[in-house]
Amino acid sequence: MEQKKLAIIATKGSLDWAYPPFILASTASALGYEVQVFFTFYGLQLLKKKLSLEVTPLGNPGMPMPMGMDKWFPILGMTLPGMQAMMTAMMKKKMKDKGVASVEELRDLCQEAEVRLIACQMTVDLFDMDTSAFIDGVDYAGAAAFFEFAGESDICLYI
Amino acid sequence: MADFDQELDASGLNCPLPILRAKKTLAGMESGQVLHVIATDPGSVKDFDAFAKQTGNELMDSQEEGGKFLFLIKKS
Repeated sequence: MEQKKLAIIATKGSLDWAYPPFILASTASALGYEVQVFFTFYGLQLLKKKLSLEVTPLGNPGMPMPMGMDKWFPILGMTLPGMQAMMTAMMKKKMKDKGVASVEELRDLCQEAEVRLIACQMTVDLFDMDTSAFIDGVDYAGAAAFFEFAGESDICLYI
Repeated sequence: MADFDQELDASGLNCPLPILRAKKTLAGMESGQVLHVIATDPGSVKDFDAFAKQTGNELMDSQEEGGKFLFLIKKS
């Protein structure tokens, strides 16, 4: 049986959106897939050594809020200073309590399983990002290099 | 449950950790050996079924016992 391939494009840099690429990549590798994840634009935040990912209820009506706060103070309440930090802390605690792995842990598992993590060189240059802030083992390449793999993949996801 | 060679307690862990830990434990075992996995994540029932089908390791037994999900997986 030929090895299946999964290609993922990760474009988002918030705490909630950090999970899908790492969960799917690590799981697929456990199932025997060869996996590559292409991190571009805000997705590059997920490759930083020191992650400072946050989650925000602003503009996200689907996000559950404690005590129905969003119903009492729609939008305005969500803009209060400290609200984002509070929601981030609450979500991290909930995830820990429910036995969900941290983003760092999932990312380590991906690297251990030889998932290839590729940073978009163009975005790195565009935002003048310091590559020493990124974790070791990351490859830097452009869209063409990713298509070489994505074109042969069985599954390709844009996240 | 039948005999097993190694045990993995994945209690309290959520998707995808039970599968990832099982894969890692199986990697250190020999072909034909049996791994006993204990999980509390209800999603693991379908996940271990799919894991077995896709990796070729045989799922010999899958059962629930007092809120715990128990699996016997034979390494291919």
